[in-house]
Amino acid sequence: MPDRDTSGNQLTEDLTVSTVSELDLIEDKYSGRKPLGLWADTWRRLKRNHLAVVGLCIIVVFLAVGMTQEIANLVGLNTGEPGTGYLAPYPPNAVNYELSPKGLGSPPSWSHLFGTDYLGRDVFSRTLVATRISMLVGVIAVSIALIIGLILGPISGYYGGAVDSVIMRTADVFFAFPYILFVLLIMTVLGPGLWNVFIAIGILSWASYARLNRGSVLSVKAMEYVEAARAQGASDLRIIFRHVLPNTMAPIYVAIAMGIGGAIVTEAALSFLGIGIQPPDASWGKMIADYLTYLQAGSWWMVTFPSIALTVTVFAFISFGNGLRDATDPKLKE
Amino acid sequence: MGERLLTVEGLSTHFFTYAGVVKAVNGVSFTLDRKETLGIVGESGSGKTVAALSLMRLIPDPPGKVVEGSLLLGDRDLRTITDEEIRQVRGNDIAMIFQDPMTSLNPVLKIGNQIAEAIMLHQDKSKGEAWRMAAELLDRVGIPDAAKRVNQYPFEFSGGMRQRAMIAMAISCNPDILIADEPTTALDVTIQAQIIDVIEEMQQAYESGVILITHDLGVVAEIADKVMVMYGGRTVEYGGIDEIFYNPHHPYTWGLLGSLPRLDQTEKTRLTPIKGQPPDLIALPSGCPFVGRCSYERPECRDQWPQLEIVGPEHGVNCWIPEDERREARATLLHFQEYAT
Repeated sequence: MPDRDTSGNQLTEDLTVSTVSELDLIEDKYSGRKPLGLWADTWRRLKRNHLAVVGLCIIVVFLAVGMTQEIANLVGLNTGEPGTGYLAPYPPNAVNYELSPKGLGSPPSWSHLFGTDYLGRDVFSRTLVATRISMLVGVIAVSIALIIGLILGPISGYYGGAVDSVIMRTADVFFAFPYILFVLLIMTVLGPGLWNVFIAIGILSWASYARLNRGSVLSVKAMEYVEAARAQGASDLRIIFRHVLPNTMAPIYVAIAMGIGGAIVTEAALSFLGIGIQPPDASWGKMIADYLTYLQAGSWWMVTFPSIALTVTVFAFISFGNGLRDATDPKLKE
Repeated sequence: MGERLLTVEGLSTHFFTYAGVVKAVNGVSFTLDRKETLGIVGESGSGKTVAALSLMRLIPDPPGKVVEGSLLLGDRDLRTITDEEIRQVRGNDIAMIFQDPMTSLNPVLKIGNQIAEAIMLHQDKSKGEAWRMAAELLDRVGIPDAAKRVNQYPFEFSGGMRQRAMIAMAISCNPDILIADEPTTALDVTIQAQIIDVIEEMQQAYESGVILITHDLGVVAEIADKVMVMYGGRTVEYGGIDEIFYNPHHPYTWGLLGSLPRLDQTEKTRLTPIKGQPPDLIALPSGCPFVGRCSYERPECRDQWPQLEIVGPEHGVNCWIPEDERREARATLLHFQEYAT
């Protein structure tokens, strides 16, 4: 390759280069601010939505609470007995009948902030430990759904034709079944247990991610840069997962935030129905189910606190998801 | 001219749609040598782009299909090699510059990343090496501060710079053939000239053959060595650049040249358009597709496609009008009086 200087076109070249850099300077000067990347821009607009910021803060706090055991392990501080959760003041499953006179628990006090339940277990500790279950369900179940959905969705949209029909009709089948009934069916087949809850919810919610993504893929695959990638000799899989998929993610992020809230509620419903988390382990739905009968006997504190935790968490995910959708919607850009 | 890179014989590409068979390209033949620039001109829908995409097997199938012809890249037949082989041809032997630089770069990948990817697809290079090469390439195509620019995203580039980046990507694997599909259409006029310069410079440096698809005769006049004029999916005339501009033989070529604005015109003068509309590619006449718009139409024009008539060295035309009548008709046209022999 000859050097640039030997092209015999030095004058034009100098002119070219200087023109570009000058134009560039002008651009930078007049646009006033440095152009922002997708995330920086989204964050800038998300910050203005107070509800979404509150949601995000709640999510961070609950995640931190749920992960205390892991965080404590990480920094070498975990001295508590396994399964208690580092922040919980009492072992969550420790029965103490002295704290439950007449089998109705004891109301909130300074030593037991949320009171105790019918077996004398500390409701505050149980609620804290249950946070971990809920967060795990939210994150893992949605991850399973995402992995399936984001493989099948793009393939369906990109190839079209028979592949598309088979995948989308399968998705329709999943949509057509009543959700809870289908989860019940899978849980009955798999048997109760934490991991089976993840799997059941994950398998059931892939269809919405796949369908959502397929729609975006249909529009993105017609873009010129996809054809340019093909003209470079990129393989189909590379085009799908490197060029098409990243350009279709914005709606997916919103769906994830919403989906985690949904998965937490589903877990609560399953536990309420008795096929989710098994006793003596605590989950918000399980606690609500167990304590509901004591509400009529006047022990309001047992069911109130896990309910509040569940409501606040789901509210946080949904308001954050809503804020994220507004922040990433190009039509709302100022 | 140098070694023969590409021989296309009787290429026909049709699209089989519900409405009927769209005959986008019908029996087009051309050749390309090393260091040579072939300009393909014609209006929208004349089959220029489809012909080029057929070379790289980038026609979506279904509905499109190359139904006839041979496409020889050196001694390899591009129609019969496997999908794996054609993928190696794409980018490595034949690279393409697209029309709209605003949409042909992936918005979520850094410029350097996209160029490096093209390099790593075809060459055994590590990621670091590929990125270094990407920066060098950007520098070669005249992007200032290339080391910093490789780390930027396409939206931080202006239109002209994006097209430069596209060129850098296209030449990254030193392709034998560079197809530029209307590379300047989406750019403003001052940038157009720069981009044409860059393409020409890269052609010199890498000794590629260039196929330039355009409807801008000014661009063709500047860099093409030979020109193929397409209309309704057929080649109506081909020849060396001087032949086409100073000794055109087909009425359609006259129309194209006649519709250009000229320096000696006053600003009040209207441009001379070619009357009528391009033909419907589903219902092409069996004869010359230019019938209905041609002022010199004869009865035989409608029914039969004329034989190729050689009118000069490397200059052929497909037209029913006898050569002497063509010269006479051309002499009466305002634009060609000065060239008429």
